[in-house]
Amino acid sequence: MRRYDSIIIGAGHNGLICASYLARSGQKVLVLESSESLGGLASSGEFYPGFKTSIAHTVNHFSQKIANDLDLASHGFNSKSGSLPIVGLSIDGNHLVLKGNELSGVAPEDSQAYGTYLDSMQRFADMLKPFWLKTVPRIGSNRLPELLSFASLGLNLRLLGKDAMREFLRVFSLPMRDLMDENFDNDILKAMLSWDGLIGSKLAPRSPNNSVLALLYRMSGGQDDAHQVTTEGVRGLIAALHSSAAAAGVEVRSGTSVHRIHVGENDAGLVATGVHLKDSEQIDADNIVSSADPQSTFLNLVGVEHLEIEFTNRIRRLRCDGYVAKLHLALDDLPKFSGLTRPDGRMIIAPNLDAIEFAYDDAKYGDFSQQPVMEIVIPSLQDKSLAPDGQHVLSANIMYVPYNLKKGWDKKAREDLCKLVIDVIERYAPDIRSHILYEEVLTPLDLEQIYGVTGGHWHHTEFALDQLFMMRPTFGAAQYSTPISGLYLCGAGCHPGGGLMGGPGHNAAREILR
Amino acid sequence: MKNYDAIVIGAGHNGLTNAAYLAKAGLDVVVVEKNDYIGGAAVSRELHEGWIYSNCSYVCSMMRQSLHRDLDLSRHGLLLIPYLGTVNFADDGRTLVSYHDAEAAYLELKRHSAHDADSMSRFQADLARYSHLIRKTLLRTPPDPASFRPRDIFELLFLAKQFWALGEKELYEYVRFFTMSAAEFLDDYFEHDLISAAMASPGIIGTALGVYSPGSSYVLLHHAMGDVDGTIGAWGLARGGMGAISNAIASALTEKGGEIRTNAGVEQILVKDGKAAGVVLEDGEEIYSRIVVSNLDAKRTFTKIMDKDDLPDGIYEKARNFKIRGSSGKVNIALSGLPKFTGVPDNPYINRGGQNFTGSLETMERAYDCWKRGQWSDDPFIESVIPSVWDPTVAPPGQHWMSNFIQYCPAELSSGPWTPEKRDQFGQTVVDKIERYSPGFRDLIVHMEVRTPHEIENEVGLTEGNIFQGELTIDQLLFNRPFPGYSQYRMPVKNMYMCGSSTHPGGGVSSACGANAAREILIDLKRTNTVPEDDCYDE
Amino acid sequence: MTNNSEAFSGERLKQSHFHPRLAELNIRDSWSSWNGYKFANYYYDAEYEYFCVRNTCATYDICPMQKYVIKGVDAEAMLNRMITRDISKMRQNRVTYVVWCTDEGRMVDDGTIFKLASDEFMLTCGSPCSAWLEKSAFGFGDVSITDKSDEIAALALQGPTSCTVLRKMGFTEIETTKPFNIKHFPFHGDTLMISRTGFTGDLGYELWVKPELAIDLWDELYAAGANYGIHPFGETATNMARIEAGFIMPGFEFNEALKTVHFEHDQTPFELNLGWLVDFKKKHFNGRSALLQEQKKGPKYTLTKLDIEGSKPAEGAYVYSNKRCSREIGYVTSAMWSPSVKANIALAMIKTEHLSGELWTEIYYEKELRQYSKVARCTIKDKPFWTPARARLTPPLEN
Repeated sequence: MRRYDSIIIGAGHNGLICASYLARSGQKVLVLESSESLGGLASSGEFYPGFKTSIAHTVNHFSQKIANDLDLASHGFNSKSGSLPIVGLSIDGNHLVLKGNELSGVAPEDSQAYGTYLDSMQRFADMLKPFWLKTVPRIGSNRLPELLSFASLGLNLRLLGKDAMREFLRVFSLPMRDLMDENFDNDILKAMLSWDGLIGSKLAPRSPNNSVLALLYRMSGGQDDAHQVTTEGVRGLIAALHSSAAAAGVEVRSGTSVHRIHVGENDAGLVATGVHLKDSEQIDADNIVSSADPQSTFLNLVGVEHLEIEFTNRIRRLRCDGYVAKLHLALDDLPKFSGLTRPDGRMIIAPNLDAIEFAYDDAKYGDFSQQPVMEIVIPSLQDKSLAPDGQHVLSANIMYVPYNLKKGWDKKAREDLCKLVIDVIERYAPDIRSHILYEEVLTPLDLEQIYGVTGGHWHHTEFALDQLFMMRPTFGAAQYSTPISGLYLCGAGCHPGGGLMGGPGHNAAREILR
Repeated sequence: MKNYDAIVIGAGHNGLTNAAYLAKAGLDVVVVEKNDYIGGAAVSRELHEGWIYSNCSYVCSMMRQSLHRDLDLSRHGLLLIPYLGTVNFADDGRTLVSYHDAEAAYLELKRHSAHDADSMSRFQADLARYSHLIRKTLLRTPPDPASFRPRDIFELLFLAKQFWALGEKELYEYVRFFTMSAAEFLDDYFEHDLISAAMASPGIIGTALGVYSPGSSYVLLHHAMGDVDGTIGAWGLARGGMGAISNAIASALTEKGGEIRTNAGVEQILVKDGKAAGVVLEDGEEIYSRIVVSNLDAKRTFTKIMDKDDLPDGIYEKARNFKIRGSSGKVNIALSGLPKFTGVPDNPYINRGGQNFTGSLETMERAYDCWKRGQWSDDPFIESVIPSVWDPTVAPPGQHWMSNFIQYCPAELSSGPWTPEKRDQFGQTVVDKIERYSPGFRDLIVHMEVRTPHEIENEVGLTEGNIFQGELTIDQLLFNRPFPGYSQYRMPVKNMYMCGSSTHPGGGVSSACGANAAREILIDLKRTNTVPEDDCYDE
Repeated sequence: MTNNSEAFSGERLKQSHFHPRLAELNIRDSWSSWNGYKFANYYYDAEYEYFCVRNTCATYDICPMQKYVIKGVDAEAMLNRMITRDISKMRQNRVTYVVWCTDEGRMVDDGTIFKLASDEFMLTCGSPCSAWLEKSAFGFGDVSITDKSDEIAALALQGPTSCTVLRKMGFTEIETTKPFNIKHFPFHGDTLMISRTGFTGDLGYELWVKPELAIDLWDELYAAGANYGIHPFGETATNMARIEAGFIMPGFEFNEALKTVHFEHDQTPFELNLGWLVDFKKKHFNGRSALLQEQKKGPKYTLTKLDIEGSKPAEGAYVYSNKRCSREIGYVTSAMWSPSVKANIALAMIKTEHLSGELWTEIYYEKELRQYSKVARCTIKDKPFWTPARARLTPPLEN
C-alpha cells in the first residue's frame, strides 16, 4: 500500500485547491471523490442529452491570490473575462441594468446614491478582504502570529478612518432592508442589490446581523463584485483547478466514496490515520482533510464515539437546511425576455423587498412561496459547450425553497414547484414554454442526495455571525484542525465560508503545512 | 427672563432622573413637559373613576437599585414589589405555570418534558452569566471604539476584561447568544413547543423582530437581565402604579430645588452660534439655559424639535434612519372582578402574577408576519398582568385592573391610517383572545382603553409608539446608540445632550440613561459627579 | 403516591412510595425536599439516627434519587463514552461508582451504574440528568433511555446489623454478597434486587423493588429488624455519615458544571481526589483530552480530609498557609464534630501546591449571640475518618 502525506475527501473546488497547495509544498496527496465528475456543487453534468449545467452557475469572488499561486491562467482559467451585468427584471419591461459600476434604468438620485453606496461598501469589503484568507485564531490563543491576525483586523478597521470605522460597526449588522432603505428609493434596485446578501442563506431582507457580512464577503473577490461566466464557464474553473493539481502531482480518484475516517489513539489522544472506502479498502495518510460539510464529516465519517458530547451537540445543531432550489431548462432557442435585447446577465426576479420577505415567510413554516423570487442565468451564452449549437441552458436559483418541506418532497411537489417557477419566468419571457425541451428542478433535498451536502446548503452551514470566523463551523474546529489530530476541515463549513472563493481550501492547506 | 443652567425636555422617568442628578450637583434645572401630567411612559392615571391605570409601562425590573437608593426614592414614596406565578397558555389551552420554588418549577416543566425540565437549570445558569456581564455596562458610558482618548481605551479594556473573565468557551457562547434568534438559541435547551414559546416571548416584546429573527435573543436578554432585590429575571410592580416611580423621582428632584413645568411642550430647541441656548415652547415662550437635554427619542429630537439647518451634515439623515418602529399595542381594562382562567391551579399563590398568551413559536411568528404586512394578527401574543391582585391602591376593593401588552401592532396599517373604529376592532381582537382562555371575561369589563402605536405616539410622544425609544439591534446598541460617534450622551450641537432610552443602555424603566447622561454633563460642566458609578448589588 | 403527570401536582411535594410509614415515624414532622419529594431532615433526633447507622441499622429513603435505565446493544459504548471510568469489563450484577464530565473535564455529576444485563444498565444520581443523557446518546444507534425514578421504590439499609436483618427476612446467602455486587430474590411473586452499596461508609445494602411492594418490604424489614435496632434516618444523619466516610456531595464539595455560572467555579475529578475514576487506558470518553492535560499539570485544588484542633466545626471557613492567616489557600466544604471518632473533621479544597505546608483555619462560632473566632491547626488525613472492616469483608462481621 502506498502511503500518502494527505488524503483530501471530496474534489470540490476547496478540496482541489487544498490538494494543490499541499502538493506544491512537496506532499504526496490523494483526492477521493465519490462522484464521477469533479467540482462538487460546481461540477458540470449533463441533465439532458447534449445539455450541461452546474449548481453554481456563475464564478464570483474567486480569489485572485489563489489563481496566481496555482497558476490557473496557464491551466486555462481566464479570470479577467466574462463579467455579467445584473439585471433587475421589471414586469413592465423597464429593467434595471448594472454593468460594472454603471447603473441604468433608475432615477438619477438612485444612480448617484449607488455610486456613494458602492464606494463605501467596497471600502468595507476591501478592509475585510485580507481577513478571509487568514486563519481566525482562537480567542484564547497566545501565539504571536495569531494575535497579529486580530491586531491587523483592528488596524484595518482603524485605517478606515474614524467616521468610516464607526459606520462599519453600525452597518455590518444591518438587515438588508434597512441598508437599502437608507440608500435607495427604487424597489427593484433595492431587491436586486440585496440579492447577494441573502441568496443561499435563511435570511430575509428584514433579518439583522448576517446579510451585510455575506454581501461584503461576496464583494471581496479578485474581480470586484462581478459574477462571471467565462467562455469555459464554471466548468473551466474546475478543469483548471484539476489540471493545476495534477501538474503539482496530486492524484485524484473519482467514483471513490469514503465510508469512514479511521481514528486511532496515541498518548495524546485521538489521531486520524487513514480512510476506509466503501469497499472496505483502507488508505493511510498522515493528514486526513475533509472538504465535506462539518455534519457529514463528524457525524458520519468520524462517528460520535470519537467526539466530545457538547462538541457533537454543537455540530448536530449547526444550521444546515438549504433554502435554494435549482431549475434547469434545456431550450431549443434563446427565449425572448420582453424589454431585453439579449438575456446575458444575472436576471433577478424580485419586484421589491417585500416580495423576497414574503417568499421567505412561507419557507419558515416549511412551504415554498407561490410567488418565488429567483436569479436566472443563461450560461450557454458564454460557454458554448453547455448546449448544442444554437440551443441553450437556463439555470435559475429559486428562493426560498425549504429543505424540510412540511408535506414532504414527492414527485408532485417537485412538479408543482417546477410549474410555478416557469409560470413566473413566463411573465417576463412569454415564449419560454415553447422552447423548453426538458425541465429539471432540484430541491435542497435533491442537492443533499446528489452531492452529499447536508441539507443541500450552499455554504455547508448557515453563513451567520454565530457560525462565522473563530466559530465556523463551531469553536474547537474553527482553525481547520479538529479535536482529532491529523484530521482537518477544508470545506465551505470553515472560515471564510461557501461560494467559489477558495478561502477554506487555501487556509486549511496553510494550517496543515504549519 | 430667567436663565437656567439646564433645561430637560420631557418629564419621563429618565428626564426626571437626569434633572434630579443635575439638581443634586447644584444646577438650576427645569424639566419641561408637554402633557399636563408627568411620567412619560411611566405613569399612573385615573382613567376611570377608582381605577389607576399604568397605561404604558406596567412592570419593572430594570430600575437600578443604586439609583433607587441614592435618590432615596422609598422616602419619596416608591415601593417595588416582586410578583410571582405567571402562567403561559398554549393555543390549545395547555398551560405552563412559572413557580418561584425550584422543585415545583422543575416538576411543572417535567409534566411537559423531562428533558426541558432538566435543561432549565442550565439555561438559567447561562442566562445569569450573560446578565451579569451586560449589567456591568448599564451604568457606564459606552466607549467610542474609534477614539484614542484614554477614557475610551480604558472603557474598552474594561469591557474586554469582563468578556475575558467568562473563559474562552463561554465567550464564544456569548457571541452566539448575542447574534442568534431567540427561537434558534432556545433550541439548544428546549424541545417542547410550549416551553420554548414561553421562554422566547421576552425576545419579541417591544421589538420589530420575530422569534426567528437573528438578534431577538438579545432582546430576550434585555428583558431577563433585570432583577428585583437580586433575583435576576424577576419582575416587580410599583405600588400605586408605574407613575409612582416617576412621582418619586420628581419629588426627589423638587426637593433638590429643581423645577417641573407641565403643559410646556417644546416647539424647538434654540441654537445660537452653533450652541444650544434654550427652547421655544409651543406657546411661543422662550426659555434660556446653558445646556439643553432632550429626553425625547432621537428621531423626534432631531426631526421634530430641531431645525435641520442647525445640525451638522448627515445628522438629520441619521435621525431619519434611526430605527424606532411601532410594534406594540396596549389594552388597559378595568374589571369588576378577578377573571378565572381555565387550566390554572386554584390556589391563592398562582394566577396572581400574569398571564402570557404565548401560543407557540409559530403563533408568535405569524403575528410578526402580519405586522410586516401592516396588519394585526387575529391571534396576537398578549402579556397580561393584573397588578390589583397585589396592589390595593389601583382598583376598588374586589375589583381589578388588568394590563394587556400586545405584540404585534403596526404603526401604519396597510388599509390606511388608524381610525377610532380600527383601534376598537384591535381591542376586540385582544378581548376575544382572552375570552377564549377565560370564559365570561368580557362580562367583567367595566372600562377599557385601547392604545395602538398611533395613540402612544400622540399621547406619550414616543415615535411610532416604540417602547424602547429605538430598536435594540446591534446597529443601535452600546456605542451605536443612538448613532455611532454620539453614544456618550453629547449631541452634535454643543451644549446639547440626550438622556432618554434612545441612548445606552436603551429601553426599560431603568433610569440608567438619565443618570449616565447626567454624569457626562457634569464632567463637561466641571462639576463634581453625583451619579453612582455602579449598581449596588454584589454578585 | 401522587401521580406526576397530574397537572400541578408539583405544587405540593410528592410523596415517596414509603411515605405512609415515613410519615408515621417522623414524629417531629421535620421535612425538607429532594427532587420534589417530601424528604425527612430527621425523624426524631438526628444524632440518634446517626448512631443507628454506626451501631445497629437504619433505613434511608432513596425513592427521590434519579434512576435511569439505559438499554440497547450500544448502551455500554454510550455510557463508556460519557463516564470517565471503564465499564467494558464490568460483570453483570455489579455496581460501580462513576463520574461524568463536560468536554472541558469539569464534573457534571457523580452516580452509580448497575449492570443489569449485557445490554441493560441502571444509572442512579442525585439530580436530574435526562438532557445530558440524551445529548450523550446522540449518534449511538441502539440505545434507549428511560427515566424510572418514579417507578422504582428504593430503600437503603445501612449499619452493622443490616446483613443479619436481611438474613432474618429470609434472604439466604445475602452474607456472600460482596461489596458492589447485586443479588436478586423472589419477593411476593416479584423480584427484590439487593445491592451491597450505600452512602454511609459502613456495611450496608440498598433494596430495589416495584412501588406496589414498597410497603410490604418496609413492614417485613421492620419486623425482622425490630430486635436489631432498625430505625429510619434522614438527611442530617446521612450527611454526618458521608463526611466521615469522605464521600463528596453536590452543593458542598462540587458544583455541577452545567449549573455553574462563574468561570471554573466547578470542579474536576482530579481536584476532588477522584483521579482513580479516570481511566485513560480505555477508549475515548468525554473530557479526556482536558483531563489528560490536567493530569500532566496537576490539579489546581485538591479535596483534602482534615483533622482540626479543638471541637468547633470549621463550617464555611477559609484555610490558610500560616497561623497569621495572611495567605488564603483554600476553603472548607463540609465540616463536623465526628461522634464516632471523637475528632473535629472536615473536607476542604486546598490549592495543591500548598498541601505539603502548614494548614490553618479560622473558625467562627457563636456563644450565646456573640461571635468568636479561633485559629486552629489542621492535619491532613489520608484515609476516610470512618472505615470499619465489616464494610469491606465478605461475609461481613456479625456486628
